[in-house]
Amino acid sequence: MNVMEGTPYALPGATREHEELTRTWAPASGLLRWFRQVDHLIIGRRFIITAFIWFALGGLLAGLMRLQLAVPENTVLSNDQYNQVFTVHGITMMFLFAVPIMEAMAVFIIPLMIGTRALAFPRANAYAYYMLLFGGMMVYTALFLNMAPDAGWFNYPPLSGPAFSAGKRVDIWAELVNFTEISALTVAVEIIVTIFRQRAPGMSINRMPLYVWAMLVTSFMIVFAMPAVMVASNFIGLDRLVGTHFFNAAEGGDALLWQHLFWFFGHPEVYIIFIPALGMVSSIVSVFCRRPVFGYTAMVLSLVATAFIGFGLWVHDMFATGLPQSGESFFTAASMMIAIPSGVQIFCWIATIWLGKPSFRPPFLFVVGFIAIFVIGGLSGVMVASVPLDLQLHDTFFVVAHLHYVLIGGSLFPLLGAVFYWFPKMTGRMMNERAGHVSFWLVFAGFNLTFFPMHKLGLIGMPRRIYTYLPETGWGPLNLLSTAGAGVLALGMLVYFGNALVSMRRGALAGADPWGGATLEWATASPPPAYKFLHLPVVHGREPLWEGPENAPVVTGVSTKKREVLITRTLDAEPDHLYVYPGPTVWPFLAAVTTGSMLVAGLFTPWAFAIGTAALLVFMTGWFWPTTKKKEGEAPPNEGAAAA
Amino acid sequence: MTLAMLSGRGIQSALEPAGEHAERIASLWDVFLGVSAVVYVLVIAFLFLALFRRRREDSADRSRSAFLAVSISTVLTTLVLFGLLVSSIVTGRRLAQMPAHALSVTVTGRQWWWQVDYESADPSKRVTSANELTIPAGVPVRVQLQSSDVVHSFWVPNLHGKQDLIPGHENAILLEASRPGVYRGQCAEFCGYQHAKMALWVNVLDPKDYERWIAAERATSRIPATPEQRKGQEIFMSSPCPLCHNIQGTDASGRTGPDLTHIASRRSIAAATLPNNRGNLAGWILDPQHVKPGSFMPPMVLEQGELEPLLTYLESLR
Repeated sequence: MNVMEGTPYALPGATREHEELTRTWAPASGLLRWFRQVDHLIIGRRFIITAFIWFALGGLLAGLMRLQLAVPENTVLSNDQYNQVFTVHGITMMFLFAVPIMEAMAVFIIPLMIGTRALAFPRANAYAYYMLLFGGMMVYTALFLNMAPDAGWFNYPPLSGPAFSAGKRVDIWAELVNFTEISALTVAVEIIVTIFRQRAPGMSINRMPLYVWAMLVTSFMIVFAMPAVMVASNFIGLDRLVGTHFFNAAEGGDALLWQHLFWFFGHPEVYIIFIPALGMVSSIVSVFCRRPVFGYTAMVLSLVATAFIGFGLWVHDMFATGLPQSGESFFTAASMMIAIPSGVQIFCWIATIWLGKPSFRPPFLFVVGFIAIFVIGGLSGVMVASVPLDLQLHDTFFVVAHLHYVLIGGSLFPLLGAVFYWFPKMTGRMMNERAGHVSFWLVFAGFNLTFFPMHKLGLIGMPRRIYTYLPETGWGPLNLLSTAGAGVLALGMLVYFGNALVSMRRGALAGADPWGGATLEWATASPPPAYKFLHLPVVHGREPLWEGPENAPVVTGVSTKKREVLITRTLDAEPDHLYVYPGPTVWPFLAAVTTGSMLVAGLFTPWAFAIGTAALLVFMTGWFWPTTKKKEGEAPPNEGAAAA
Repeated sequence: MTLAMLSGRGIQSALEPAGEHAERIASLWDVFLGVSAVVYVLVIAFLFLALFRRRREDSADRSRSAFLAVSISTVLTTLVLFGLLVSSIVTGRRLAQMPAHALSVTVTGRQWWWQVDYESADPSKRVTSANELTIPAGVPVRVQLQSSDVVHSFWVPNLHGKQDLIPGHENAILLEASRPGVYRGQCAEFCGYQHAKMALWVNVLDPKDYERWIAAERATSRIPATPEQRKGQEIFMSSPCPLCHNIQGTDASGRTGPDLTHIASRRSIAAATLPNNRGNLAGWILDPQHVKPGSFMPPMVLEQGELEPLLTYLESLR
């Protein structure tokens, strides 16, 4: 039985193609298969699960902090433990969860959505996954050994420098940045190339789904933002390991240099997390309102504008450092300006809902929750963009509230909606709707209970990153309320992920297209076969599945005996050439082990980098050793069929 | 009296301004809060209308009116943001004005306490104190901010916003309290183990009281008057205390810990962590790592009968 029977782009009676493609694209088998996979669905699923495991651990740490702060002078955690816990919570959520999960979702969905059989650079993708896995393992091992980073996720020198942070804690921060940024940059490049060169014929750049646009923009932001933090982390690593003085004012260095480098990454980072979520929201709004998102061009321009402006406001995290007035005004203006494209998108979604017929299924509920919460985060963002207000609000619990409204409201809510929405594509089964509703309301109520009181706490003087406070401060009741809210939030998360775990085994079978989706990922079986599409689709509009795919042409002539992928041109997606992708291989795993060992050994000696680079050269040679399979006489792709 | 002060609410709050700068910021806050509330209500109202409006069966294309609505909303957003930007910049400029004549105080951030130096053109009138900033009401005070170790941030929310203390950089903040009172400030930039217990008291005095206070501070420490105090001073001088602490007019001239010349006149010990009374002082001297783990104050090992005279001596340093 052919799993593709009845999907839109599968020509009937293609049993031979199905069998050959299944053989050609077969995942790795045998004892070592776990280490050899390169398929984007397999790696994508692992990526998603791993990122959610880091999320759960980061959430537990947040729970510990809430317990500690529930009442004044609490003793759940010591000051030393608290500092490690809040630091690891921050780096987990920012480095190990937020960016990886957004990339992981794209690794899984993007190739399907643009109608291709593989992600570009499949081996690099596997390598990127292992780097994330090893990085997280390193940090949590360190946490259990009581040697986790404790100078904050922002890791400001001189506190993080050799004089004030002895031991290896801060070095682990620096190496974690290397692990995660290598991973993030690798995936970003894969996504850019996949989107630019592998779109289905006919999917010209002005027909790309908004989610694809969002991931394209995000990936470019990653490429420009991440190198800044890698430079910073390696500078601090050098200061600590070999005694350079990049950040040591006493020797001509500058502590503020760090803040510029870090926030030049750190502020775009927020948008790197947020923009993919905007793409998810557009996908969900469109499907559950049964109409295309209103204002496609405005939406795309808003995404691009957000990315550009996102690089022009890093100083707004540094208003209290005593920079010149006129400079600060510029960054205030930029920070407020970024609210305009966000506003445009909110207005366009509301217009879409207005014009469409909304159905309140869980993914859509999460999107409505997103709007209700994110707008608060956006407005408090305008407040902290103002220099005078920021002087009061900066580094207080007001900012803790603001950033969680933006990141949980702006990113996690759409993500939870998107996981619910794409869950059938990933597992072949539906998540339970009733449990979905329950989890939404628990998460929504718990979130607001936890974080709304923090606005007030900041205004009445509670600074961030304090492990305790005196009863006389009057911060006790609101903190207790917040901790109670965190309990509700945790319960909601448990229901949500419990639902996912149970549904993975026992959920209702989904079929290819359970939601009546518009984009190409719904044109293949759930879960998709290893070759993704029996025949590559050709598209004629922005919502291919809503435009009568039954009679749509398909591409023929792509080899079924080799892992051949159709490469199309960047702007108009006209077929350009065929390219054979590599199959399962163990080299990426070995290269990742080598890189990981080098970085971990680099905690202790600079020699690790000299030896590690040489070793890596050997493994990279193995990786790129040309395969000598004889070339078969294959016909070029049948462009006539594609254009038909 | 100290306890009564401690339990006073609103002494570390941006919402209860007691100084010119904090008042300006609070007014700007009211503007932003009001505008935000209106915007939020409008957005949510439209969202709910869109979600729950009654949908008639006619299939008239409404995307033209939607286009109009989105365009108007965008233009309005831009105008509102521009208005907020202007009000923010106007307030920012007012806050940045530095008067030509102001009292000058230097605050140095230390892990995890504040050194406070009252500057004077006459070096003999310079006063060094710690963890307590005393200023006259209605007089502009320029506070120079510097750090000798890591980045800290000086924040007394009732008087002004915060300003960072960064090694290698000179910052300053202008305070002008409008009325006498007591306020609390706290370090706002994470600075290590005891970031949470790095606070300070700000006493705003009537200008006449301030003159009396600063005159008293300029004096060297009191000479022990009773045998008990004399014994306490001997114990202090023969212990490791003078290596870190200074007591003006004695041989104790350490500079790494807070100046103790007038310790008994201060509200708190351990950087506004404990009220300054005999019991807390005893606990702090014997086991500082219990009160403030990670602090650089080592526990003192004292012989039987040494603690009481030592406390009596310290309590005499008014």
